[in-house]
Amino acid sequence: MSDNSFSPKILGFLCNWCCYAAADAAGVSRFQYPPNLRTVRVMCTGRVDPSFVLKGFLEGADAIFTGG
Amino acid sequence: MVTNADFLALEGNPGNFTAKLNIRPRYIDADACTACGLCTQYCPKHHSDPYNEGLSITRPIHIDYAQAVPATYYIDPSTCMYIQHDTCQICVPVCQSHAINFNQKPELRDLKVGAVILSPGFGKIAPEVLEKFSYGKHPDVVTAYEYERMTTSSGPFLGEIKCFSDGRHPKSMAFIQCVGSRDLGCDNGYCSSVCCMYAIKEALVTKEHDPEVDITIYYMDIRTQGRDFDAARERAEAIGIKFVRAKVADVTPWENHLKLTYSTLDGQHKFDSHDMVVLSVGLESPKDAKGISNTTGIELNNYDFCKTETFTPLQTSEKGIVVAGAFQGPKDIPESATQASGAAALASIILKTQRGKGTESKEYPDELSITDDDEVRIGVFVCHCGINISSVVDCPDVAEDSGKMKNVTYFTEQLYSCSQDSQEQIKQTIKDQKLNRVVIAACSPRTHEPLFQETLKDAGLNRNLFEMVNIRDHCSWVHANEPEAATDKSKDLVRMAVSKAAHIQPLPEQTVPVTPKALVLGGGVAGMTVALTLAEQGFESVLVEKSSTIGGNLKKLKNTLAGDTVASYLKTLTAKVNKSAKIDVVTDAALAQTAGFIGNFNSIIESGKGQEKKEQTFDHGVIVVATGGHEHRPDLYELGKSKKVVTQQELETNLAGRAKGRAPNSIVMIQCAGSRGEDLNYCSKVCCNHAIKNILKIKEINPDSQIIVLYRDMRTYGFAEDSYLEARKKGVIFIPYEVDRRPVVTSQGTNVQVDFFDSIMQEEVSMTPDLVTLSVGIVPDGTAELSKMLKLPTTANGFFLEAHVKLRPVEAAVGGVYICGLAHAPKPVEETIAQAQAAAAKAAIPLVKGVVTVDPIVSSVEQDNCIGCGICTSLCPYGAIIMEKVDKKRKARTISASCKACGICASRCPTFAISMGGFTNEQLISQIEAFGNKVVYEKVEA
Repeated sequence: MSDNSFSPKILGFLCNWCCYAAADAAGVSRFQYPPNLRTVRVMCTGRVDPSFVLKGFLEGADAIFTGG
Repeated sequence: MVTNADFLALEGNPGNFTAKLNIRPRYIDADACTACGLCTQYCPKHHSDPYNEGLSITRPIHIDYAQAVPATYYIDPSTCMYIQHDTCQICVPVCQSHAINFNQKPELRDLKVGAVILSPGFGKIAPEVLEKFSYGKHPDVVTAYEYERMTTSSGPFLGEIKCFSDGRHPKSMAFIQCVGSRDLGCDNGYCSSVCCMYAIKEALVTKEHDPEVDITIYYMDIRTQGRDFDAARERAEAIGIKFVRAKVADVTPWENHLKLTYSTLDGQHKFDSHDMVVLSVGLESPKDAKGISNTTGIELNNYDFCKTETFTPLQTSEKGIVVAGAFQGPKDIPESATQASGAAALASIILKTQRGKGTESKEYPDELSITDDDEVRIGVFVCHCGINISSVVDCPDVAEDSGKMKNVTYFTEQLYSCSQDSQEQIKQTIKDQKLNRVVIAACSPRTHEPLFQETLKDAGLNRNLFEMVNIRDHCSWVHANEPEAATDKSKDLVRMAVSKAAHIQPLPEQTVPVTPKALVLGGGVAGMTVALTLAEQGFESVLVEKSSTIGGNLKKLKNTLAGDTVASYLKTLTAKVNKSAKIDVVTDAALAQTAGFIGNFNSIIESGKGQEKKEQTFDHGVIVVATGGHEHRPDLYELGKSKKVVTQQELETNLAGRAKGRAPNSIVMIQCAGSRGEDLNYCSKVCCNHAIKNILKIKEINPDSQIIVLYRDMRTYGFAEDSYLEARKKGVIFIPYEVDRRPVVTSQGTNVQVDFFDSIMQEEVSMTPDLVTLSVGIVPDGTAELSKMLKLPTTANGFFLEAHVKLRPVEAAVGGVYICGLAHAPKPVEETIAQAQAAAAKAAIPLVKGVVTVDPIVSSVEQDNCIGCGICTSLCPYGAIIMEKVDKKRKARTISASCKACGICASRCPTFAISMGGFTNEQLISQIEAFGNKVVYEKVEA
């Protein structure tokens, strides 16, 4: 990757039952995707308090991903 | 669990058998073996690996596959140099844990048992049968089992598909169906039921590997009768997999290709060449079927499978001996798993009086108390998962990096954190290092969290003092080509987990008592079987039937394909239900309202009509949904417009009567009328058998009757194929039609005309039969309302969806709710009965246990901070938060057993009064802070 290309830092909130399971399945299927995501497992995206999203941006996330 | 054993003899009576076993030596002490694999590396002898269908090499000392249970190596005595030739023994000094023991001798063991469950599986089709397809003569002809291993990414070729002849990637492949099934040449007249589906799966997998490969499936009928299986076929067709209806005569080598000779329906002989040929071999009866029969006295059917009857599908001919799986007849995994549960129900009826006796409950050490004042001591364990993680992620770097973090007092790497020896290491480390939080960086908490939590409990730690990081499924596997980025990501995830772990608190275990009673919805054969199976295990149930009498669809059926009379069975069954003191039958009834949770439901049943109408309230611990289905009546093919057009069910009723002309001279049957793409988008599984059943009845009454069956695929799977053959022998003409060329039925006056394209004669045909019979399919009854009331998901076609097709085939996603019968999917009566017995087995589990254990990650309300606004109550999708009066103030309270730990309440509570165990604000915020790298590396180097 060249120096000037943008490589975002993404924070993801993954629902244990669907998106986290899907991320597991992506692994089992050996799907390849960019390594820019860091994940937080929650038992439901309903758990995601709006403040978590703001906190994520505050900590330097370029984007927040919620999967649920 | 006794492995490596032979079943020699069975003595005694039901409830008091003695099973005589010969336990063959493993030559390895299972308790000492750590499954490190060093012995295999040093073993000098090679032999072909039966686990990989002989496609790879293994050694006499080996383990079949990484996940084998028990996870212990063993020595194959037939090739071991020491056992055969008294030499070698290299493995003995190599084994660091001194687990190898050549002094082990075969052990004869007598087991006292009350019941026997036979599940020996299926056998293989003899290689002679495959010879005409050049199997064994040309290396590029393989069986589907071999091909399965070839395509598997963990298989001998890591999923690379190559021709054995010259190593090229095949560009053209053929699957030949019905090899060793539906084949009187090898005396296997039956259909193996699963091969069409597995061939489609293997073809789809092949296309995923190489989208350019050209695949043709040569078939007689595509039998994808399972729920939603037709969708797989459609998907296969959509991506270009070709389906050719043909009988393949032979396969011969042709230059570096293989030449297939086949004949199509219209009588033409054709040739085609392919690079590779996969034989969809059927399921044979198990090799030792006759031996089992001799040992136990059970009867076999004419194909050497276990003989069972329609209404007792899991019962062998011998009392106290039940059967499950492919030995009962060829079947797929979901149905085998269902039968296994059903067999367990039947066995536990026999063992009822002994329930709970002789059990040992596991003892855990006292839990260490942990207070806020205690120093946080986190141990980090980084798993290599063999090479699954370590071949991509730099595990030592990840472990060392974690060691620099605040609160981390210990870190290490492990080859397999989940292996028995690693578990012991973790336990010991917790004690030695006085750890009070454990972080394991390995695979998914969805599969392995319970295992590690058990380890924590064994070490005296509360199981919640644990956090798992998925550096395999979410790192090494998905960033396989970017090792540095995958390592960075792993470090970040571990850092975030460590940060969170520092804030984890021990959570108390909660148990809730269970009301030992079931609510069974639906009084058909499924519901009645559930209630009776529970009653025989000692549990009460309320059986709710919407009509005025129990019996369901059985009331409309007269006989079965196997020739049983339905009426007498129904009479016996209803009498048993009515007589049972444990079954409370409520007719003309429906579920009006239900509240509560697994173990503690409370439901209102409305019953009676008019003046008699009343409401009854029941407390119960579980709900079994067996609400059934009914014949679909499509507004097609002149049904309901012409008296000469009837459904199979109507025909069955007529045939059982005495009316003259009930079996007229000329009949046309149309299969899939309204199904598979018309009104209904699915196959109803039973209609082909239903048609054959009626045909044989007609032929009995009027042997001269001319019957033409227009069909898409005759799906007389399993042993029903015999009846299909019988119908053809009796002169019934079967003509397939294509979906874009469905037959057309018109009526004029009393005449009815059928126009169709005869694919055998290749011409348009028009005829005016005496009767047209439609095979119309099955639709579920009222699943929409019940789905809302019980929060049960349904399929696109309105059938209730199980929690997992293979792992939890009769359980709903909602705890304490079970599904069986037509409400789950269309199925014949023997499958419904087995499934109902399975549902009863699963429903009995909480009833037997008497308590439900609640996962402690649920929400809890700090009532001091609660202002009683009620936002949480209104938002909770599970009705798990109630408002109560405490000192005249409204306060929220969580019903733990109902709570699914989603956390919606916690994220919406304006006063932060609700906390989620294991996912507190504090924990998640610190995890997010660690994402931002702030709280890292605060520890001062010692």
